[in-house]
Amino acid sequence: MSTLVKNIIRFILLMLVQVFVLDKIHLHKMVTPYLYFIFILWLPFNMNRSLQLLIAFALGFTLDSFRHNPGFHAAACVLIAYVRPFMINLLIPQEGADGNYEEPSIKSMGGFLPYFIFVTVLTVIHHGWLFLLEAWQFGNIWYFLAKTLLSTAISLLLIIITELLFVRKQKFRTNTV
Amino acid sequence: MRNIFLFIRRYSNLLFFLLLQGFCIYLIVHYNSYHNAVFSSTSNQLTGKVNEQYNKVEDYFHLKRTNDSLVKANEKLLNLLKKDFLVPDTITNVKFDTVLVDSVKQYRRYNYMEATVVSNSVSTQSNYIVLGRGEAQQLKKGMGVVDINNAVVGIITDVSSDYAVVMSLLHKDSHIDGKLLKGGETGTLSWDGAEPNIITINRISKSAKVAKGDTIITSGNSTTFPKGMLIGYVTEVVPEKSSNNFLIRFKTAADFYSLQYVYVIDNRQQEAINQLLDKAKQQNK
Repeated sequence: MSTLVKNIIRFILLMLVQVFVLDKIHLHKMVTPYLYFIFILWLPFNMNRSLQLLIAFALGFTLDSFRHNPGFHAAACVLIAYVRPFMINLLIPQEGADGNYEEPSIKSMGGFLPYFIFVTVLTVIHHGWLFLLEAWQFGNIWYFLAKTLLSTAISLLLIIITELLFVRKQKFRTNTV
Repeated sequence: MRNIFLFIRRYSNLLFFLLLQGFCIYLIVHYNSYHNAVFSSTSNQLTGKVNEQYNKVEDYFHLKRTNDSLVKANEKLLNLLKKDFLVPDTITNVKFDTVLVDSVKQYRRYNYMEATVVSNSVSTQSNYIVLGRGEAQQLKKGMGVVDINNAVVGIITDVSSDYAVVMSLLHKDSHIDGKLLKGGETGTLSWDGAEPNIITINRISKSAKVAKGDTIITSGNSTTFPKGMLIGYVTEVVPEKSSNNFLIRFKTAADFYSLQYVYVIDNRQQEAINQLLDKAKQQNK
């Protein structure tokens, strides 16, 4: 399957899951489970950075349209799409290793730990920025922190379950041909 | 000049990022005053279609609960029938001497229209409800929305041709006037974004006698809701230290988790009242 088709299917599926399954779950008054932004984490390594930003904006804006207040998720998505290349550069085991695989996964990042750090940091940034924008008028710092941390924990749990359930097979590509 | 181009080329990603981020924040800040923006109504139409498909399935799971609340609403209406009451004394009947207006003809003030809830949220800090009925079916901006048992749900903020978006009481910008049934003091409702179904009412002075379990109703000061519609029941009364007011928390009578059908209230006199208000405003200028 080509990368484009795969990503389009992924976009639609993740959006449907987010809107019709996860948004219907009310765990506690402050926790909202988020999974849709895993789409941005899974974008290919070698994609143009401006294109990444634009796709992230489209993703966030689609979710915002379903929730009828535009801007919030789009802002958070654009932010993690911007930070993502820096994180990959920091965490990838050796120079040029991102050319060996197509997209970030446990295998391509060289182990569970780097990949987990990658996911955790971006999740915290996404949730932090999103709830900061939402909490603009409330100004209750403890509520904001608790909400960010709890939602991050739930989202991480969901991401790990997703990784275990849907194994992404990736071929090892050498560029030394 | 060359340096500027070099700068733009070098930091193009950063600039593009800042541009998008700025656009997002612009949307967040300005959305309230730009309800009529074209994308809003087209995206309403699109997301409404998707939500409707989902709702067709979801409705089945709520049939029992919907049925129960309909039976309850019916019971209430049956109890209001004229034949349930005995007139104690025929002498007390009021008779009019002179008829100034045609007393047989009645003027309808409020009209109720049913609508299905197509999508609904309670988990964010600004919650909206989407109705599967829109401008083509006589819904307009600014109409009030109540649930099956006549408890206040919210106000319509946006309509497309087949769908309408309702700002629910659980929205940080939603400020409806409420009134204590017992004492008659009025205050403004607001939601702190923390817990669904729990709302606060402020600006009720400490001289008011409020107890847990008291009823809060609509004040009738605005043209949106008729006077005396149920809003909720008081759960907590906190005296504010810095002011002479109570901070009253109450549970909403409408259950926002399980909205399936709602009624939209059309005030037939709204236009006339608004015209008068506009006239008064112009005279004051």
